[in-house]
Amino acid sequence: MFEHINPIATAVFGALFVLVSALGFMAARWRQAPLGTLHEWGLGGGRFGTLVSWFLIGGDLYTAYTFIAVPALLFGAGAMGFFAVPYTILIYPFAFLVLPRLWVEAREHGHVTSADFVRQRFGSPMLALAVACTGLIATMPYIALQLIGIQVVVAALGFPTRGFVGELPLLVSFLILAAYTYKSGLRAPALIAIVKDVLIYITIIAAIIIIPAQLGGYDKIFAGLPPDKLLLKPAVRNDFAGMSAYATLALGSALALFLYPHSLTAVLSADSVKTVKRNMMLLPAYSLLLGLIALLGFMAIAARVDKLPQYAEYFAQYKGNFAVPALFLESFPDWFAGVALAALAIGALVPAAIMSIAAANLFTRNIYREFVRPDCTSEQETQMAQIVSLVVKVGAVAFVLALPTQYAIQLQLLGGIWIIQTLPAVILALYMRFDPRALLAGWIVGMAWGTWAAAAQNFASSTHPLVLFGVKVPGYAALYALALNLSVSVLLSLVLRKRRNQSSPSRRPEAKLRA
Amino acid sequence: MKSRLRKTAWLYLLFLIPYVAMLWVPSYNRVEPTLFGFPFFYWYQLAWVPISAVIIAIVYFVRGDE
Repeated sequence: MFEHINPIATAVFGALFVLVSALGFMAARWRQAPLGTLHEWGLGGGRFGTLVSWFLIGGDLYTAYTFIAVPALLFGAGAMGFFAVPYTILIYPFAFLVLPRLWVEAREHGHVTSADFVRQRFGSPMLALAVACTGLIATMPYIALQLIGIQVVVAALGFPTRGFVGELPLLVSFLILAAYTYKSGLRAPALIAIVKDVLIYITIIAAIIIIPAQLGGYDKIFAGLPPDKLLLKPAVRNDFAGMSAYATLALGSALALFLYPHSLTAVLSADSVKTVKRNMMLLPAYSLLLGLIALLGFMAIAARVDKLPQYAEYFAQYKGNFAVPALFLESFPDWFAGVALAALAIGALVPAAIMSIAAANLFTRNIYREFVRPDCTSEQETQMAQIVSLVVKVGAVAFVLALPTQYAIQLQLLGGIWIIQTLPAVILALYMRFDPRALLAGWIVGMAWGTWAAAAQNFASSTHPLVLFGVKVPGYAALYALALNLSVSVLLSLVLRKRRNQSSPSRRPEAKLRA
Repeated sequence: MKSRLRKTAWLYLLFLIPYVAMLWVPSYNRVEPTLFGFPFFYWYQLAWVPISAVIIAIVYFVRGDE
């Protein structure tokens, strides 16, 4: 059963994993403060400076799944997968404008989640509930994908991929993760993120130097690509083809990123506006890393790893997601393959921890305290969040073990379409006046249309074949759904405001309404 | 201080530059000129990562923390 295990790589992997787990438990005592409030447990007390925030946000946004799935996309679909690079370029100018304002608002009112902002701005529990639920359903499959990342890595170490023994490493790693997240809250991933990022940087720098040298240089890697993978499908008359798809994927993903609960959690844990702004300037370092990692997909094509008989079974099971692990196993000595695979696995733990904390914050703050026990003390609130963070992780493990991998991937694709529907209420409301009823209506329309658009593609692609005046404009369904949502929100807000102005001459701006 | 912030608010327009560059996909969907073996499509987009970081840095250092 264990005859395929790579002993050296597994030993190195195991040692690094133990180190990281110890750090996770020790984190509770780091910058000690009573962990009895949600602000302390769920936001690390909001005391992280520029450097720790940089590691935390970077470790949070650039997940293990990114490191496996983006190259897998280039491996399978070619140039289209490179949209991850413009995506991560477009994030930061936008975030530099928006996040400092959100941070200040959060500090002023003690906000922990995106739904907190909405609740306070509009005084509408229903709209806040919609935002909270969107965050929850978008985060859950994202956590499941991190697990799939770990599964792929464990398989690469040579563990059996099926049966209880095959599932054991995943169960154990998630049990440990659950335990230290419960105990240390956001401090645990913050500390682990430092180790993770150092390992990832070492791995990638080695990879982009060693592997191209083995393959005969970058020109040879690119020269061996089929033309339809090398570039995007150019626009022709009546069809924007790859052009609009690429641009809308980049733009839509960039607008959506900081709406994800885990992204916001990491940002709100920063100690000042200065820290937030500096990070928007410094985080592109990770984007460069991601761009280079993406190219591993092409290196895997050049190395023909999917044609090697020893990996055939894994490619059958994990498809392109096995491209990067296979490339590492092929190109690195065993001990360094252990380091590289550990970097990927630990890279899954950091975001999984932050995601489960963010989901717990959302549930506790915006559902439990809002609808179930409005009079709960802050200790009870924190305890509830700790328990929910456990439930969320157990749920994700059960999901991954019980259902085909494909479901998690499809749900995550839907998650991107859903989460962007909270953009008007959470971010655009900073700049425009909306009526909460209009926002809710827009949200419903966006969610419904976006889900339909993904279903029409059998949940296999998030690109919608839009036809405008006889011209095909294929594009990211999330962005098209957002356009619908926004039209409804803006128009209905205008209508509702006009009607109220007619009925009562002394108008009150709806944004000033407090609960 | 306030007036300096107002005078430099136009700097935020610089943020449009990476958006125009990245969303105008046909401008870079080609192989030539290559750089260190990288087709234009790839090195051009990678080059925009540090360029956009520098643009953010300019705005940050001119306007400060507000």
